[in-house]
Amino acid sequence: MLSEGHEVSVLDEDPEAIALLEKGSDRSWEDMGGSFTVGTALEIDALIEAGIERADAFVASTDGDNTNLVIAQIAKRRFNVPKVVCRVLDPARAEWYREQGLETICPTKTAIELVEAALREEASV
Amino acid sequence: MYIIIVGAGKVGWNLARELLDKGNEVTVIESDPARYATVEEEMEHAVHYGDGSELWVLERAGIERADMVIAVTGDDEDNILICQVAREKYGVERVISRCNNPRNLQHFELLGIKPVVSATDLILRLIEHEVPRYGMIHLLDLPTERLEIIEVEVAPGSPADGTAVKDLGLPDGSLVISILRDGTGFVPLADSVIEAGDEVLLVLDTGLEERITARFSAPQGQPEAA
Repeated sequence: MLSEGHEVSVLDEDPEAIALLEKGSDRSWEDMGGSFTVGTALEIDALIEAGIERADAFVASTDGDNTNLVIAQIAKRRFNVPKVVCRVLDPARAEWYREQGLETICPTKTAIELVEAALREEASV
Repeated sequence: MYIIIVGAGKVGWNLARELLDKGNEVTVIESDPARYATVEEEMEHAVHYGDGSELWVLERAGIERADMVIAVTGDDEDNILICQVAREKYGVERVISRCNNPRNLQHFELLGIKPVVSATDLILRLIEHEVPRYGMIHLLDLPTERLEIIEVEVAPGSPADGTAVKDLGLPDGSLVISILRDGTGFVPLADSVIEAGDEVLLVLDTGLEERITARFSAPQGQPEAA
């Protein structure tokens, strides 16, 4: 997103996580124009510090489905972020929350579909 | 009543015991295998193994016919989610949630999860009750109705000391409902005279505390013992 010219702010509870963002680049994440805040997703102060109040889009992609679902709803309802995307590994929860109007992405379902497509291709050969 | 409890920690397990004793049907859901095994020895089929925020686990526990769901895991996001799906997806009328970190109370509120029980908050209230600020104790808060009931102790030399209830000059939106004196309480008349050392119960609109406690505190600049 950064390389496409967007302003990107990353929030992570692990201060070392910034190293992942800089991997494969000789410049620091900040030099590349990104910003990084240490904190957990449910900390309102950390979200504000990361700039949620002026964000055009918010992506919830921690490794916890429930954390993502809660934080995405906070971004939407409390901070009125126009575009909110939420990663949910469990297909059942992803589907129900999508029905409730939350934009959820389910990597599990995507992977299943890809595998099915690969198998079908195999079968048709 | 059929009650589902998610989380078989100290709170969940003991709650389950109490509710079973009172004749309710109870299912507890626990996701930690070791904890599940321990609890299962006592509760047998009343405890289910699984992640209580997964829909199929809740369905297997019979959430569709549950009268109440209680989320008492150690994780606030999980508790929020469990209560949200219980109420909004499965139409469970009563949900109760535990809030582990009082800073998260605002998230429960935002998403309409209530009632919420926070041990930290309860202890804080108890501390306030034991060590009241300005001699004032919050007895009951009704935030939705914007009302509260407080108890204040009458300081010697305060404006209220020796004053009849009708002459207290309390702001609109407040009312003296009871006076406790020498261990007994009575409902005062307009002419009842308030004395130093009385404990006065008032019902008031939220936000009036400071104006009211001023009437019952010792005058500024004078030591209370004077």
